[in-house]
Amino acid sequence: MAPVSKLAYRLLTMNTSNVVKQNSASAVSDSPQVSTGGSFDFLQRWLPKLVLGPTIITTLVFVYGYVIWTGVLSMTKSRFLPNYNFVGFLQYEKLMDNDRWSVASLNILIFGGLFILICLVIGVLMAILLDQKIRAEGSIRTVFLYPMALSFIVTGTAWKWILNPGLGLEKLVRDMGFENFTFDWLVDTEMAIYTLVIAAVWQSSGFVMALFLAGLRGVDNSIVKAAELDGASMPTIYRRIILPHLRPVFFSAFIILSHIAIKSFDLVMALTGGGPGYSTDLPATFMYVTSFSRGQIGLGSASAMMMLAVVLAILIPYLYSELRGKNNA
Amino acid sequence: MPNTTASSSSMNRSVTLSRVVLYAILLIAVVFYLMPLVVMLLTSFKSMADIRGGNLVSIPQEFIIAAWDKAWSSACTGVECAGVAPFFWNSFQITVPAVLISTFLGALNGYVLTKWKFRGSDIFFGLMLFGCFIPFQVVILPMAQTLGWLGLANTTTGLVFVHIVYGMSFTTLFFRNFYVSVPTELVSAAKIDGAGFFTIFRRIILPISGPIFVVCIIWQFTQVWNDFLFGVVFSGGDTQPITVALNNLVNTSHGVKEYNVDMAAAMIAALPTLLVYVLAGKYFVRGLTAGSVKG
Repeated sequence: MAPVSKLAYRLLTMNTSNVVKQNSASAVSDSPQVSTGGSFDFLQRWLPKLVLGPTIITTLVFVYGYVIWTGVLSMTKSRFLPNYNFVGFLQYEKLMDNDRWSVASLNILIFGGLFILICLVIGVLMAILLDQKIRAEGSIRTVFLYPMALSFIVTGTAWKWILNPGLGLEKLVRDMGFENFTFDWLVDTEMAIYTLVIAAVWQSSGFVMALFLAGLRGVDNSIVKAAELDGASMPTIYRRIILPHLRPVFFSAFIILSHIAIKSFDLVMALTGGGPGYSTDLPATFMYVTSFSRGQIGLGSASAMMMLAVVLAILIPYLYSELRGKNNA
Repeated sequence: MPNTTASSSSMNRSVTLSRVVLYAILLIAVVFYLMPLVVMLLTSFKSMADIRGGNLVSIPQEFIIAAWDKAWSSACTGVECAGVAPFFWNSFQITVPAVLISTFLGALNGYVLTKWKFRGSDIFFGLMLFGCFIPFQVVILPMAQTLGWLGLANTTTGLVFVHIVYGMSFTTLFFRNFYVSVPTELVSAAKIDGAGFFTIFRRIILPISGPIFVVCIIWQFTQVWNDFLFGVVFSGGDTQPITVALNNLVNTSHGVKEYNVDMAAAMIAALPTLLVYVLAGKYFVRGLTAGSVKG
C-alpha cells in the first residue's frame, strides 16, 4: 500500500522523455495501417482503446466517482443508510465539535509525527551502519525487512502480547531481577498511543533502511574519495556530502511514511482497538466506527473527506516540486 | 619515528573498537527485529501453565502443538468455533483470482500506455495514479452500496472485484514503468511487418516480462493477503479473510485468554507472506523500492 508513492516520482520522470520518442514511432507505424484499410486494421486501431477502456471506466467511476459520491454523502443527514437530505457543511461542523474526532486528530499528529521521525532516524542510521562493508549484510538486511511482509493485524497481535501488562515485557524484565519494573502503556490512556508508534516503527523502519541503503549505494564514490583525500572525517563526509545527496530519498520516504500513518487502521484495530476508551482512535478508525458501528454515515463521510484532504495537502506540493524539478533539469 | 608508530597503532585500536561498537549496535537491532517473531513462535508451542510460569523468551518446558491444532481447527472466531482454517482458505480464494486478474490487466494496460499511446492516454495515466494515493476510507461507503445493488455484498466475488479495481492502479504502474524501458523500435518494427496488437504482446512483450510479473505478483499477493479494511467492510461471516478472523479471535474473547492459540493463529496468518518473502525476498524488495531512489 505504501511504497506506491515513490512510483509516482518515477513515472513523472519518465513521461517527458518518452513522449517524444513515442510520437515519432507511431508516425512510422500509422502509415501502413492507413494505406491498407480493411477491418483488421480498423480493429488494430481500436484495440488499444478497447483494452484500456475497462480500466478507464473503473478508474473514473470507482475512484473519482466515489470520491465525489462520498463528498455528496458528507453533505447529507445520512445515518444507517445513505439519504440525500442536504444539510450543507453541518456534518463538518459536527465533526469539529466532536470530542472523539479531536482525540483522533491529535493522535494522528502524535503518532504520525513520531512514527515518521523515528523511522527516518533509524532508517538512515541503520543504512549508514550497513554500508560499512559489514559481514553478513544480506542476512541482516533480510531480518530488518521481513516485518514488511506481515499484515498489520499480525504485527498488532504480536505486540499486544509482548506489551501485555503482567505476562509480557514487564514479567520478562522482572524475571531479570528488576522486581518493581512496570510497563503498562497498553492499558494507560495517556501512553497507549506510543505502543502504536513502537509497533509501527518495528514494521516499517526496515523498509526506510532499504530505501536509504539503495540511495547510499547510488552516491558517486569519487566524490567521497576526493573528500577523504582532502582530509575530511567520515562523519563530516556523511553530514556534508552524502546525506545532502539523499534529499530525494528523504522526500519519498517521508511521503510513503505519512501515507502509511494516515491509512493506519489495521494496526490500531489489532493492537489497542482504539482503546482504552477511545484514547488511541485515529481518523481511519474513527471513520470506520462512525460509519459502520454507529450508523452516522454523513459524519463518517465527512471524516473520510478530511483524510483525503490531508493526503492531498501532503501529496500535491510534493508532486508539484517533483515536476518542477524535472522540468528545470 | 616512534611517534608515528604509536599513533598508527592507537588508530588501529580505535578502528577495531569502532568495528566492535558497529557490530554491537547491529546485533541489538537484529535482536529487536527478530524478537516478536521468536516470541510468537515460543509462545505458540507452550501450554498456558508454561506461559504463566515462564516469560516471553523462556524456552517451552515441553514443545506442544496443541495451540496450533486449536488455532487451526477449533478456536472461536466470533460465533463460530471452527478455527482459522476456513478463513485461511477464504483468503486463498480471494487472493489467487484477485492477484492473477489484476496482474494480467496491469500488464495489458502498461503495454497500451507505453507502446500504443493514443490521445489522452498520458493524461489518463496521471489520473489513474491518484488511485494509488487515496485513503480507501473515501471509497468504501459508495462501494458498499454498489456491491449491495449488484448482489455482491458479503461475497468472495465482491471482495475479489474490489481488490482488482483498487489493485489495478498499482499493477499498471509496475508494468508501465517496466515497459517504458523496452525499446519502442522493437515494437514499431513488428507493427510495420504487420504484426497486430496481441501478436506483439504475446511474441515480443510477454517473453521479456518475467521479472516484472514476479515483482507484481508478489506485491499484489502481499497486499491482498494482508488486507484488513476491505475484508472487514465487504465480507460476511463465512467469506471473511484470515486477517479479519485473526482479529476476531484475538479481540473478542470469552473466558480465559489463550495467548498460545493467539500466537499460533497469528503465525498461520503470517506464514504465506513470510514464505514468499523467504523464497523471493529479492523480488519483494525490488517491488518495495521500485523507482523510489533512482532518477
